[in-house]
Amino acid sequence: MAAIEGAVAPRPVVNLGATKNRYGEKLVLALLFGCAALSVGTTVAIVVSLLRPTVEFFDEVGIVEFLTGRVWSPLFASPSFGVLPLVSATLLITAIALAVALPVGLAAAIYLSEYARPRVRRVLKPTLEVLAGIPTVVYGFFALTFVTPLLQDIWLVGDPPAIFNAMSAGLVMGIMIVPTVASVSEDAMSAVPQALRNGAAALGSTRLQISTRVVVPAALSGIVAAFVLGFSRAIGETMIVLIAAGITPTLSINPAKAMQTMTAFIGQAGLGDQSTGSTGYKTIFAVGSLLFAATFLVNMVSIRLVRRYREVYE
Amino acid sequence: MSAFSAGAVEVPDLKRRSSVLSVLKERGFSALLLASVGIAILTLVTLLFQVVVDGAPRLNADLVNNFPSSRPARAGIQSAIWGTVWVMGIVAATCIPLGVGAAIYLEEYADNSRWYNRLIEVNIQNLAAVPSIVYGILGLAFLARGFLDLGFTVLTGALTLSLLVLPVVIIASREAIRAVPRSLREAALALGATPWQTVSRQVLPAAVPGIATGAILALSRAIGEAAPLLLLGALSFITFNPDGLDSQFTVLPIQIFGYISRPQAEFKVVAAAAIVVLLAILLVMNSIAIMVRNRYGRRW
Amino acid sequence: MDIRTKTAEVDTATPQATHAPARPDVFEHTAKVFELSGLSVYYGAYRAIRDVDLVVPERRITAFIGPSGCGKTTLLRCFNRMNDLIPSARVEGRISYHGIDLYGEGVDAMEVRTRIGMVFQKPNPFPKSIRDNIAFGPKVLKIKGDHDEIVERSLRRAALWDEVKDRLKDSALGLSGGQQQRLCIARALAVDPEVILMDEPCSALDPIATGRIEDLMEEIKSEYTIIIVTHNMQQAARVSDRCAFFTTEVNERSDTRTGVLVELDRTETIFSNPSDERTEHYITGRFG
Repeated sequence: MAAIEGAVAPRPVVNLGATKNRYGEKLVLALLFGCAALSVGTTVAIVVSLLRPTVEFFDEVGIVEFLTGRVWSPLFASPSFGVLPLVSATLLITAIALAVALPVGLAAAIYLSEYARPRVRRVLKPTLEVLAGIPTVVYGFFALTFVTPLLQDIWLVGDPPAIFNAMSAGLVMGIMIVPTVASVSEDAMSAVPQALRNGAAALGSTRLQISTRVVVPAALSGIVAAFVLGFSRAIGETMIVLIAAGITPTLSINPAKAMQTMTAFIGQAGLGDQSTGSTGYKTIFAVGSLLFAATFLVNMVSIRLVRRYREVYE
Repeated sequence: MSAFSAGAVEVPDLKRRSSVLSVLKERGFSALLLASVGIAILTLVTLLFQVVVDGAPRLNADLVNNFPSSRPARAGIQSAIWGTVWVMGIVAATCIPLGVGAAIYLEEYADNSRWYNRLIEVNIQNLAAVPSIVYGILGLAFLARGFLDLGFTVLTGALTLSLLVLPVVIIASREAIRAVPRSLREAALALGATPWQTVSRQVLPAAVPGIATGAILALSRAIGEAAPLLLLGALSFITFNPDGLDSQFTVLPIQIFGYISRPQAEFKVVAAAAIVVLLAILLVMNSIAIMVRNRYGRRW
Repeated sequence: MDIRTKTAEVDTATPQATHAPARPDVFEHTAKVFELSGLSVYYGAYRAIRDVDLVVPERRITAFIGPSGCGKTTLLRCFNRMNDLIPSARVEGRISYHGIDLYGEGVDAMEVRTRIGMVFQKPNPFPKSIRDNIAFGPKVLKIKGDHDEIVERSLRRAALWDEVKDRLKDSALGLSGGQQQRLCIARALAVDPEVILMDEPCSALDPIATGRIEDLMEEIKSEYTIIIVTHNMQQAARVSDRCAFFTTEVNERSDTRTGVLVELDRTETIFSNPSDERTEHYITGRFG
C-alpha cells in the first residue's frame, strides 16, 4: 500500500542538527552584551574614580570636619573644609527651583492630560520639549542678564539681590525642570485607565473633581517619581548656578545673596589647574562623592516609584 | 418621562445645579492650569527674544570667522564651532553604535529573569539621571589622567560626553526597536533565519527612523552640554581649530560660558550672539529629527 | 487523488463509540511526518494544552479545529519550535518529525524552521519590495542558485506571479490583504520546506481572497504536508483531508482552561459521523 501511496518519492532522512557552528551569532551576542555591560562599567568607573581620591581626602581632612564644618575655603593658604555652605546653598537653590517646577509642572501635566484638546496638545507638548532642549549655559545667561536685573528692580524685602544670587538661579532652574516634571507626571496620568475617569464622570463629577480626586491620586506614585526626578536634576545642575549664583561659599538662607553649590564648586575647582594629588584636587572628588551619593539615592527612589505605577496599570 | 401618575413625579431638572461658587472653582482651576503652561512658554519666548536682541550687534560674519580675543569687538567663535564639530563627530561615532548595540541586547536577547540583565536595566536608568558634572569627574580621573591618560584632548572630551548621552541613545533605541511588530520577527524566524539575521535585516532597518530621531536628540543634548568639559580643560584660550584627536579644544557652550564670565559688558554681547548660533544649530538638528520622524516613521 | 481516496476507503476502520487513542489510524499507510505522544505545552505553571497524541500524514492537509482558546495555535507553534520565542513556554511529551524528537538534544530550531515553514494569521510581509520578501529566505539560508528564478518559481507556485511580475520592486505593503497572504505563502515556499503550517491564514481576508488561498492549498498539497489551524469549519471541511477537533476543559478549582484533543479522523467522518458527542455538538453549532 505504501507503494500505491508513494506516487512521489519520499524525502531523504533528515538531519536536524545544526549544520553550521554559527560562531558569528555567538560573537555578535557577546558584542551586544558588551555594549549593554559598558553601562555597568561606566558606573563602576565613576565609583572608582570618586572613591580613591575621596578616601585619601578623608585621610587628610577628618570626615566630621568635612560634614559639619561651617566654612568652606579649600583653596586658600590656610584651608577650611566644612562642606555645609555648599550643601545649604544646593538645598536652598533646589528648594526655590522645586517651588517653581513642581506646581507649574504638575499643572501643565494635568492640563495636557485632562484638559487640552488633541490639537492644542500637539502644539504644547513639543513646545515644552523645546524648553528641555535649551542648553543650561543659555539658562544661566538668561538668569544673569535678564532675571537678576528684573529681581533687583522689583525686590520688596531687605537688600536687593546681588549680581550673583540664589533666587535668580533657582527660579530659572525651576523653569528648566518644568518639562521633566510635566512629562513624567503626564506619562503617569495617561497610564490611569479611562474606565476610572468614566466611572467618576458617570457619578456626575466635574472635570476638576475627576482631575484632582481620581486621576492625580491614581497617578500619585508616578507624580512623586516626577518630583523626585526634578529634585535630582536640580541638585545636579551646574551651569546655571555657576553663572548666576556665583562662586562665593556662603552659609545663609537669604536667597538674595551670592552662594556656591556643590556642583558650582566642582566646576570652578576644575577650572583652576589643581595639581593631581594635592588636597585641593581631592576636594573635587570628595564633593563629587557627596553629590553622586545624593543623586544615586534619589534616583533609586524615583526608579522604584515609576516601576510601581507601571506594575499597577500596564 | 412616562410617569405612572403624572402628578407624583417631579420632572427632573437637568440644568446645572451647581452653585456660582463651584462654577467659579471649576473655571478658576482651568485658568490656573493654563496660566502655568503660559508661564513656561512665556519664559521660553522671553528668553529667545532677549538673547537675539542682546546678541544682534555681533551677529555677523566676524563672529564665526574670528578666534577668541581679549578685545570684545574682535572676539569670535571659530575655534569653538570647529571644536563642537569635532566633538560631535566622535560622540556620534561612539555613542550610536554602543547605544544601539546595548538596546538590541536588552530588547532582543536579554532574559529579564536574570539578575544581571535587570542590573543593567536599572543601572542605565540611574546613569540617565547622574549629574553631568559627575561625568566630568569620571573623564578627569579615568580618561584625562589616571587610567587612560589621554590628557585634555578632543578625544577625552568627546568620550566623556559620549558616556553622558549613552543612556539617552539606549532608551530611545529601545523604544524604537520595541515598536517593531512581533509579526515581523516571527516572519523572519519562521523562514529559518538566525536571531542576528532577523535583527540586522528586518528589525533594525524598520527601527532606523526611531533610532535616528533618538540619536539626533542625544547629540543635541551633547552639543549643549558644558559642565563636564569644565573639568577637562576646554575653557582655555584656544585660537586654533582642532587638527586631530589629541588636539586641545573648546566647544560652543564652554566658549559662551567663558565670554559670560568676562567682566566687560561687551563680552555679554558676544556671548549672546554665540548663543544664537548654538540655538540655531540645535534648531536645525531638531528639525531634522522631526522630519525623519514624520517622513520615515512608520505607524504599525 | 483518486488513488488516495480509494485506498483510504479500504483502510477505514469502523468508528468506535468512545475516544480511544489506540484506534487504528486511517492514514497509517502513508508516511508519518509528525508523531505526537503525550504532548503538553505550559506557559509558566499554566498548562495550555495537554496530552496530545496524533499523527500527521505526509502530503495531506490536516486541519485543527475547535473553539477559541483550546490551544490549537499553541500546538501548531510546537511543530516549528516557534514556542521557543516565548521564554515561559515549556513543552512536555514528544513531538517527532520523521522519527526525530523536535525538542531533542542537538536539534537546531533554525534547521527545523527551514524544513517546516509557517504562514501566520495576519499577513506579515516585510516592509520591503515583493522580490526582497521572497528572496529573504534563500538569502539568509545561503541557498545557491539564481534567486530571481526562485522568486519567479515561488510566486508562480503561489499563483501570484501574473499579478505582480511587473512590480517586483514595489513595496509588498502596497498589495491587497489576500495578495499579501499569498506572498507570505510564496515566501515560505521559496526555501523549499516539506511542511507548511498555517495559522488561521484566512481570518483576516475577505471570502474571495479566502477562496484563492484555499484553491492554492488544494493545488500544492500534492507536494507539501500542510497543517492548518482554522476556526472556520466550512473551510476545514472544504480543504482538509484529516481533521483534529480540540476543546477546552475547565478546571473548576483553579479556574484555568486547558485544551485537549477530542478526536482525529478523516474529515468526512468528523463532519458526518463523529465518534465523540462533543465534536458533534460543536459541528452542529450547539457548543462553542
